[in-house]
Amino acid sequence: MKKLLTGNEAIARGAYEAGCHVATAYPGTPSTEILENVSTYQEIYSEWSTNEKVAMEVAAGASIAGARSMVAMKHVGLNVAADPLYTIAYEGVNGGLVVITADEPGMHSSQNEQDNRLTAVHAKVALMEPSDSQECKDYIKKAFEISEEYDTPVLFKVTTRICHSKSAVELEDRVEVPVREYIKDPKKYIMVPAHSKVKHIEMEEERIPRLQEFSNTTELNRIEWNDRKIGIVTSGASYVHAKEVFGDTVSYLKVGFSWPLPDAKFKEFAAGVEKIYVIEENEPYMEKHIKAMGIECTGKEIFSVCGEINPQIIREAILGEKPEDGYSMDVVAPSRPPALCAGCPHRGIFFEMSKHKNKINVTSDIGCYTLGAMAPLNVGDTVICMGAGISAGIGFDKVNRIAGREKKVFGVVGDSTFFHSGMTGLVDAVYNKSNMVTVILDNRITAMTGHQENPGTGKSISGVESPQIDLIALVKAIGIKDENLRVIDPYDMDANKEAVKAAIAADEPFVIITKQPCALIKDVMRKRANLYSQVNQDKCRKCKTCLKIGCPAISMKDNVVSIDTTMCNGCEVCVQVCPFDAIESFGKEVN
Amino acid sequence: MTKSLLLVGVGGQGTILVSKILSEGLLEEGYDVKMAEIHGMSQRGGSVTTQIRFGDKVYSPTVNKGEADVLVSFEKIEALRYIPMLKKSGTLIINEEEIWPLPVLAGMEEYPEGVMEEIKEKLDNIVSVDARSIAEEIGEPRSANIVMLGLMVKALGIDKIDWISKIKHFLPERFHEANIKAFEKGLSL
Repeated sequence: MKKLLTGNEAIARGAYEAGCHVATAYPGTPSTEILENVSTYQEIYSEWSTNEKVAMEVAAGASIAGARSMVAMKHVGLNVAADPLYTIAYEGVNGGLVVITADEPGMHSSQNEQDNRLTAVHAKVALMEPSDSQECKDYIKKAFEISEEYDTPVLFKVTTRICHSKSAVELEDRVEVPVREYIKDPKKYIMVPAHSKVKHIEMEEERIPRLQEFSNTTELNRIEWNDRKIGIVTSGASYVHAKEVFGDTVSYLKVGFSWPLPDAKFKEFAAGVEKIYVIEENEPYMEKHIKAMGIECTGKEIFSVCGEINPQIIREAILGEKPEDGYSMDVVAPSRPPALCAGCPHRGIFFEMSKHKNKINVTSDIGCYTLGAMAPLNVGDTVICMGAGISAGIGFDKVNRIAGREKKVFGVVGDSTFFHSGMTGLVDAVYNKSNMVTVILDNRITAMTGHQENPGTGKSISGVESPQIDLIALVKAIGIKDENLRVIDPYDMDANKEAVKAAIAADEPFVIITKQPCALIKDVMRKRANLYSQVNQDKCRKCKTCLKIGCPAISMKDNVVSIDTTMCNGCEVCVQVCPFDAIESFGKEVN
Repeated sequence: MTKSLLLVGVGGQGTILVSKILSEGLLEEGYDVKMAEIHGMSQRGGSVTTQIRFGDKVYSPTVNKGEADVLVSFEKIEALRYIPMLKKSGTLIINEEEIWPLPVLAGMEEYPEGVMEEIKEKLDNIVSVDARSIAEEIGEPRSANIVMLGLMVKALGIDKIDWISKIKHFLPERFHEANIKAFEKGLSL
């Protein structure tokens, strides 16, 4: 049966058909839906792990214990998981181990566009790159086989275009692969120097040459001979874009197994075509390798290292064909940047912090609250990576003190991010006597990636009840004193005000935990469906204070301020900030 | 012959659902179909685009500049933003709704005047509709996206496909009646 699947759905299906037993992940665009889909298969144990390092280690342990295991993450997640990856590469596997990295050329929802093919080179793990959904499914099954045959983890690289594009996939049945026997083997699984030295030599002298031979001969690296004037070496999504432009008029070397690279096929291809173009997104990974072999080719001379590749870019670069003249408009569309939703529980405390702009610096983090840095709130000095909201704040605070700046540092993280890698930062803040303030925005969900459960929500990936990690007890156990802790409802502007004020005045590590679930959680939407606020036009003096909170439900048109009641969820932040009591609340909560 | 569609709108308007229904229907009809969606960081309120390409054999899911046979815009300035993607001979289907982006709401930028006039002056083939009002008349404001689906099906001449069963497949039962009405209304415009 053929079904339209996204790359992510196809990867999940592939894991199911391959007899995978354990799958782990931390959510991150564009990879999130892989585990969401895996969790619908009862045959596979799946979990949202606390972070990518934990996810990688859970999967590695499962593989050593004998099960086919898979771990999925976005590209920057692989940095977090790099530590176990580089050493599990020495140890090898028992049950097959597949590591999925979802890279994001073009950065639609990411902080960088690193090319994780280079991680495969550095960690010395086999690398595969599918080009569409059918290949996602087929390659995953192949990846488990390669992992077991060559005793190596397999890095499986996809990109946003592949993860989030749908194409037809032929479904097959699951083949049960029994959990392999576990035999204690310290020389393989205990990486102390004496063992690692042996494993490294083994890897260089046995495994890698065997993988090289496989790469040279496998059909995953396929030459399509057509006209031989132009030969295109390509992989991943670039392959389908190239096929779209040239169809069967040029020859292709499609690289699906890309570490080690297929040297023999490169030579064969070079001998058979007049001119080689290398089309690959981001880094000139294959291009540099081909050039180092002494083969002439053209790549990043005509393609950018930055951003995605598409058919038009290829057409222009190789054929010199400009796009047809389309329509051009004189009226310019205003930008539509991402924004905190109407009723978002983060808005109140951000507005309160924005009032102290001259007294504070804000080190922010990865999540919806990143959007607090956008106008009109403009709350945020830095965003680096998961967890840096707290840790970078520690360094910022130290320097503010060294430089004699009278500024308090507020580090902002969400609940899921706090569990991911914020906790270690808070331990550091307490241990090293930082004066900073940590604001944990607990909205009971991993929101930005589309609502995944986390250790604070009380539910597992499959919706089953789980122990809920007590954030307040945890923060106290780390060493935050009662007088330096505020647990508040961020819809309550008086509470926001008091907490921010007390935090600025404190001279010890201080924590504010805001507790209010994400406005888009289904049950929250149901309960608040009838709540809304409206502007009393008789009282409104057009002072525009309510516009400064940046709520998409509030607008001023023809000098009249109004609230879109279908968008409004009655959070009442605007009601409280209005200096003239001109905004009124209506409706009752549904039980 | 491959056809390229580009659907643009604002997060929360239901463009992705419409794209799913459309792609499934086209696949069942025997076309090779590729669909790609791109959404940014926010859960609501950001620009959302989906691309659908169908034909005998489709390789790339990406629609390029000046290549869309049909551009479907669920909001006025989103149409403005993406019109350069439309072929000169292509058709624009536009929902005349205004959804103000945050910089406009906060008074930092202006929502431009005369968007429809500009579009109507420059483009040859336009189908414009107030889908939200039609959906409100039906009694289900959230079915505006399905009104747009009806218009698309008509513009593409793919009305032989059993779209009603697809709508039923993708929507909970309590929304079936209103959305079937919305689809039929869109088809009849």
